[in-house]
Parts: sequence; C-alpha cells; structure tokens
Amino acid sequence: MPRRRPPLYAVHDERDASFTDFGGWEMPVEFDSIRTEHEAVREEAGVFDVSHMGEVTVTGPDATALTQRLVTNDVAALDPGDSQYAAITDEDGAILDDTVVYRLPDDGGRLPAVGGDPSPADADGPTYLFVPNAGHDAEAVDRWTSHRDEWGLDATVTNRTESFGMFAVQGPEAAGLVDDAAADPVTDLSRFEARWVTVAGVDCWVARTGYTGEDGFELIVPWDDAETVWAALDCQPCGLGARDTLRIEAGFLLSGQDFDPAENPRTPYEAGIGFTVKLDTEFVGRDALAAQQEAGVDERFVGLTLTERGVPRHGYEITDPDGEAIGTVTSGTMSPTLDEPIGLGYVPVEYDEPGTEIRVVVRDRPKEARISDTPFIQ
Amino acid sequence: MSFDAPDDRGYMESHEWALNDDGTVRVGISDFAQDELGDVVFVEVPDVGDDVTKGEEFGVIESIKAVSDLYAPVSGEVTAVNEALFDAPELVNDDPFGEGWMLEIAAADEGELDDLMSAAEYREQVE
Repeated sequence: MPRRRPPLYAVHDERDASFTDFGGWEMPVEFDSIRTEHEAVREEAGVFDVSHMGEVTVTGPDATALTQRLVTNDVAALDPGDSQYAAITDEDGAILDDTVVYRLPDDGGRLPAVGGDPSPADADGPTYLFVPNAGHDAEAVDRWTSHRDEWGLDATVTNRTESFGMFAVQGPEAAGLVDDAAADPVTDLSRFEARWVTVAGVDCWVARTGYTGEDGFELIVPWDDAETVWAALDCQPCGLGARDTLRIEAGFLLSGQDFDPAENPRTPYEAGIGFTVKLDTEFVGRDALAAQQEAGVDERFVGLTLTERGVPRHGYEITDPDGEAIGTVTSGTMSPTLDEPIGLGYVPVEYDEPGTEIRVVVRDRPKEARISDTPFIQ
Repeated sequence: MSFDAPDDRGYMESHEWALNDDGTVRVGISDFAQDELGDVVFVEVPDVGDDVTKGEEFGVIESIKAVSDLYAPVSGEVTAVNEALFDAPELVNDDPFGEGWMLEIAAADEGELDDLMSAAEYREQVE
C-alpha cells in the first residue's frame, strides 16, 4: 500500500526534514536535531505536523449512544466545545486505541460534506469528532459503523482524515503564539476545551490539548489551507523524534508500543489511564474492566531510570536485582531535559513503588535502575 | 548535503575512520555517520588491553533515535579509549574527526589498513 503523506510533505522536504514511516504515513522525524527541537518545546515553543492522526466524525440522533458504547469515558457528559481523553477497548477490556473525543457545536460545526455523507450542519443531533492514532482511522470507522448497524442506531460516521491536517503548538510560549496568529483570543480556553477559531484567515478547530507535558494547542485545519496556517505558527518546527522524547518524559502512552492489542494487550488500569474508565456507562469491555477494578491489576505501567550508563529501549528485559525477569521496557530514551536514561514499561505491582531497585538488561548486561515517578519532569 | 572526509585517513563502508600513526590506529566515525545518527548520547567501547578483530564489532554508539554497532578497521590491542566521551558523547557530533575519536589500537598488521577506502572513495559512497 502506498504511504500516505501529510499536506505539507513538500514544505517539510524543502526544509530538509528527514522522514520516517509512522502508521503508514511518511512523516517528518527530525528538522534540525531532536535535542534542539525538544529544548524549544520545553523552553519556548515548537510546532509539530501531526497530520497522521485520524479525524472521524459521528453525528445524528444516536451519535452519543454509539460513541458512548465504544469508548471508556463518559461521552454524554461532554458539552459542546469540550473534549476528553478515552480508550477504545475490546470485550476483554484491552486497549485497541486511545483517542480524544471532541463534541463540536450543536449546529454540526463548520464541517464540509465528505463523499456521500452530508455536512453535520444538516444532521439532526450532536456531532462528535474523535482522533484515532496514525493508521487506525479506517478500523475505527469500521468499528463504529459495524456496531451502529448491529445495534440499529441512527448515526453517520465519516472518515475525514484526508480532509484535515493537524498541528500541535506546544511549549510555555505556545499560548501567546497561537493567540497572535488567531483572529479571536484563545488564551481563555481551559485544558481540553476547544472551539472554532480563525487562524491566518482559516477556520480551524483549536483545542487546548497536547502530548508533550507542556501547555499548548492542537489545531485541526482544512487540508488545502494547511500551508497557510503552518506558516503563521512561526516557531521551531519539530518532528516525531522530539515528540517521542517529550512524551516519554511526560509518561504518556504510545499506541502500538506501550500497548498493542496483538503484541502486548493492556487494559486502561494496567496502563495507568484508569481515569478514562467510567464504569457507570455501558461500553464494550466494561464488564471485564469492572472485574479487574474489583480484583486489582497484577502488573502496572511505571517509569524507570537507569543509574548506570546505558539507554533503555523498547523490548529490553526488566529484572529484579537477583536477575529474575519481571517485565519489559516498552519505551525509552536519553532524556534531553534531565540528561538521564529514562524508560517506561510494565512490572508486577509489588515492584511499582518509586525507588524500588530493578535492573534493565542492555545488550545482555544488567544495568542498575530504579522505578521512578511519572511524569519524569514536573 | 556535503560532508567532511579528511584525506589523511582510511574509511570503512560502515562509516568508521582509521588514522594510522606509526602502527597506532586511532578510530572514530565519519561526519556523515554522526549526521545520520543525530544527537549522540552514549558510546560503549572496549577496555584498554582488550583485543579487537578487523571487521568485527568493538562497541556501540547510541543517538537519541538509534543504536548502531561499531566495527574495527584493524585487528590489535586497544591501547587507549577516549574517556571524554563518557561524560560528553556529543563530542562525536561536534568534532567527529578530532575530539570525538573513540579508541586507539596497536595494529597487529598494518597491512590490513590497505583494505580501507580512501577519502575520495568514501565521499563517492555517501554523496
């Protein structure tokens, strides 16, 4: 299958970005250097092209009922302009994907019609926009439509991934920067609040969300106007390399790496996102998760820090001090902010206290390490 | 993009360079290699007194984004390692042909160095 490209591929190529395949998308991994980009986000501001993230809308009289049954969080609690982080789980409670669900204004927002589907402005009922991870948009649409049909619900599900680009502006100066580029103020938005804002003359869905541990905004922009908006967000361009080091420092999960329904199935409780699970709602996987919440988890997602030289990487074994295998590193890096080797992974609950001594096996050699609090940076 | 490749040393296909000073061979990685790797965060080299074998792994270099093996350009005994890299691995990025050197080997057979590429040949490979 040919790889998909973001609307600004040519602009990034011209800027000498290096690219990588990410979920079937050819995305910029590095513009200048990961360290430079990472530091810009921690100290000033950086902008990421995250157009590989999916955009799916659900509208119609049963849009709430359908989405409520497919994500762990309480979609019905969202007012227009609110959003929430949620997991999409299978019958066993294992995370298939994680996502942010936005409720758009009740007039359906300013979404154009796509294919044979009408604009939500013409639909009856609320409109939700949710953001599946790279390459998961088609399966999300399949999941929503097949459950809609099975349950006989009235909702229109539209894949708009290739109608929109998505940018993330992150860092302590992000708010001022987006505010300057926007026709109306955005600094009054609370975390996880969003609204339509004109940025550089373009209608954008602007949300106070992000994946770096910093203040910032994510902008969902019409595909054909992506270049205009990108040019107005004048700060350090950042690639997926810096996005990874930033999110590891923040202790955030990466789909397909820190959980994977095939290779490493994990429930929200194991993965440390139990706060997204609202057991008083009915959703696929609810009963399994209720049972796990009652019984407790056997393993938990933790941070770890090497106290010897070396870098923890995905797949490295975690052992106890006696060399007994207890888990696996799922993500790791040399933290550019802390200048320490840090990682994330799963260990049995009896090892999950910060400060607990463990080992990470780096190229057959056990290195001294300890369990750490996350986020690694405050 | 063009990369430095001084004419005074030989190069391996795997991007290590070797500078021979009367049988003592200093080893590092090329400007092209450090640029490809990005920010270097860790270099693992053998201890002084260890033996290395031409063409075989002698260590590992890690950048934020990748892990790569390092290969010996010549067989012999390690006589020095650049301990400055333990605290400042970024020297490999800043000065790959100078302060970012990795180790020195007392060559068992200097003739093995004849197999290396010249700077001109190496430049042709990476450009």
